[in-house]
Amino acid sequence: MSMTANEIETMIKEAIPDSTVVIEDLRGDGDHYSAHVKSSLFNGKSKIQQHQMVYKALKGKMGQQLHALALKTSSDD
Amino acid sequence: MTELDEGVKSRIEKEISSNDVVLFMKGTPVFPQCGFSSMVSQVLSHIGVEFKGVDVLAEPTLRDGIKSFSDWPTIPQLYVKGEFIGGCDIVKEMYENGELQELFNK
Repeated sequence: MSMTANEIETMIKEAIPDSTVVIEDLRGDGDHYSAHVKSSLFNGKSKIQQHQMVYKALKGKMGQQLHALALKTSSDD
Repeated sequence: MTELDEGVKSRIEKEISSNDVVLFMKGTPVFPQCGFSSMVSQVLSHIGVEFKGVDVLAEPTLRDGIKSFSDWPTIPQLYVKGEFIGGCDIVKEMYENGELQELFNK
């Protein structure tokens, strides 16, 4: 079971509404993605907290259906 | 995610309090069994940091336990002086911008 780039983007945007999300399917196999998520909600938060927000947005799929998501987050300050 | 067993919790606490640098990983530093674990372990070696590798594949309760412990869904996980630093992406980013080297020069 894997996820499409669209599903990942939708889930992130639902939880982090003002985010811009850029997803790349790294191997074209629907299983290895990279995501760059940028949001003002990340302002003042540590990298760990920022990544945790994205993982929470994915509701437990990270590490399960979603095997590999290389994550990069940026605040907008 | 399963609830964290007290025994597993104290096992993790013991590892991160008795070692300055601990990497919870799949496989061992010499024989990593996952690309992400291998990457972090290579970065640490490359900057000359000694670390204790804890193989979660050898201890299945740790594999789930460490995820609940740090509220982080993936492995590897790096701890420095008892503090959770991050997984593969964060370590890589910190290495690239020099923060990781700085962390160990303190």
